[in-house]
Amino acid sequence: MLRDAAVAALAAGLLGLPLIGFRLLDQSGGEGLTTRWPELAAAVALVFTGRLALLLIDGGAVRVALLIMVAFAASAFFVPWPAQFLKVVAVGGAAIIAIRAGLILAGPRPVALAGGAIRPIGRFLPWLLVLFALILPVLPFADRGVVDVGILILTYILLGWGLNIVTGLAGLLDLGYVAFLAIGAYTTAILGTQYGLSFWMCLPFSALSASAAGILLGFPVLRLRGDYFAIVTLGFGEIIRIVANNWRSLTNGSQGINNLPRPTFFGLADFTGSPAPGHKAFSTLFGIPYSPIHRVIFLYYVVLALALAVNIFTLRIRRLPIGRAWEALREDEIAAQALGIDRRRIKLAAFAIGAAWGGIAGAVFDARQGFITPESFGFLESAVITAIVVLGGLGSQLGIVLAALVLIGLPELFRGLNDYRMLAFGAAMIAIMLFRPRGLIATRRPTAILK
Amino acid sequence: MLELEGVSAAYGAVRALDRVDLKVEAGEIVTLVGANGAGKTTLLMTICGRPRAISGSVRLRGQDITRLPTHRIAALGVAHAPEGRRIFARMSVRENLQLGARLAPAANLKTNLDSVLALFPRLGERIDQRGGTLSGGEQQMLAIGRALMAEPELLLLDEPSLGLAPLIVRQIFAAIARINRERGTAILLVEQNAHHALRLAHRGYVLATGRVVMEGPAAELAANADIQTAYLGKLSA
Repeated sequence: MLRDAAVAALAAGLLGLPLIGFRLLDQSGGEGLTTRWPELAAAVALVFTGRLALLLIDGGAVRVALLIMVAFAASAFFVPWPAQFLKVVAVGGAAIIAIRAGLILAGPRPVALAGGAIRPIGRFLPWLLVLFALILPVLPFADRGVVDVGILILTYILLGWGLNIVTGLAGLLDLGYVAFLAIGAYTTAILGTQYGLSFWMCLPFSALSASAAGILLGFPVLRLRGDYFAIVTLGFGEIIRIVANNWRSLTNGSQGINNLPRPTFFGLADFTGSPAPGHKAFSTLFGIPYSPIHRVIFLYYVVLALALAVNIFTLRIRRLPIGRAWEALREDEIAAQALGIDRRRIKLAAFAIGAAWGGIAGAVFDARQGFITPESFGFLESAVITAIVVLGGLGSQLGIVLAALVLIGLPELFRGLNDYRMLAFGAAMIAIMLFRPRGLIATRRPTAILK
Repeated sequence: MLELEGVSAAYGAVRALDRVDLKVEAGEIVTLVGANGAGKTTLLMTICGRPRAISGSVRLRGQDITRLPTHRIAALGVAHAPEGRRIFARMSVRENLQLGARLAPAANLKTNLDSVLALFPRLGERIDQRGGTLSGGEQQMLAIGRALMAEPELLLLDEPSLGLAPLIVRQIFAAIARINRERGTAILLVEQNAHHALRLAHRGYVLATGRVVMEGPAAELAANADIQTAYLGKLSA
């Protein structure tokens, strides 16, 4: 086993010698050559440990491999590596191998259809996550940046949960969900800047306008199936962006809209150091010194409350006849119709509700950014939201949270890695696909157990 | 109860049903036998409005349902256990049955559930298991049970014996007889297994290449030597 690992390390060393070991420098007066021995040594050591752990897993010593890798990942985090990139590879690689060992220890991989009775999963995890989300802003490491990323992640969770109704429950692959985010965002932006409505007044209008757009789009589109449906919704997403770009009189075109209304403390106070005449400042209302972070923390809790409300709504509606009808249509349209389910009406409802959540997320998006341009609502956003729902495991609320943490949180976390950021992001995506091909939370929880 | 008059149906240019006349009286078991591709499944689907009849009429208790959408026809008391069972594989047995109960009054849910479980005790043992993990026979029981949850007056069964062991087929057919006897539900049974089906049914129709080629009391049809030929599809005009 050691020999095999040593052979792998030797191969890595030989390959790495010209690739990593030497570096051509462009100096004044011709090229020079420098060496990078520490980097090469580190790479060889990485290959050796990784190979050894994989062999241990294959040889049955799963526990040993798990221990080594966890220890390695933890220590690699603090060791000064010669290059930041090597640190990512070391920690990430060790974590992946450790997860693999852990999964093997945890027993056979759960497949949605395997096994007889349905296991309730993740009973405590959701509560832990909620608790963590609640206390996050007061944790010592939570500076303004961290809370801001928290808002971003929560916005995507909100979007993921909205799309989950359409894609996860009703089974309609909507690739243009960003359209509803855009409509919600522009509704709040236009009402706020041109008609002077406050954030709180705009919020329901954003939901309503997005929902209306969903119904309008739904009528012609819902007769399509599968791929055709996906393509048309994708087109709708682009149409909304292009309209926003060109309808200058309403949206100010590609310049976007600035100075959007910031959420006030429920209309009682503003989050500024020097409030406008007739307004109160949040800091004076509570008699605490002014700090710009108050606004961020407040917005964080607003988004958290909205997200939790959406979650409770979705969990409840899954148990109602309409929620069951969505899932029945997803599973088998012909059987569902034979049971008296009106396909058009039920799907339209899913579309309208899912769109409304997108609209609410749009208003939140405004509040966080303070400005919007059409470029914020490109296809990439739709792709990310869809990826969150699919990677999370279609239909799973908890899975979406985990996927949003990975997909939105990781790139922010790795921001210090500059160019390697997307590489680490890609590695995380591949890891999910390899280890959880049906999404992070693949098992569907029944809506009715032992009454 | 159900009356088809000159019903024709087609998939694109392909004619699948050719001026079919068929009747199911209240409380009656009628079977529709015929070879593969004779149009039996299409006939059941046409009654449910999909595909829609291109000519002729389908009437339920005198009401013309030819142009109604599927879910409206279901709401009029027609339950369909479709070909291939089509149970909701990722949902539990209980959820499958609850979905079947959409059209029945909510207050009857408990009694309907109990009576389906009394009819198919195996479903009771598997109540919180995913539909997809059931055996073929259990899935067929679930498909029939799900259809019964709606308290239908007319039950359309498409090949309930397909792919099942002889012992299970006997159980299923016994259950069908019991449904008809105890509830008085009219049943239109499509079967390739003509022998079994004709023993169970009161009347029968033989379908070949989209046409009714023979009809009459089940016992007479069973005794008819031509049945075997029709069954093999050689009798097409």
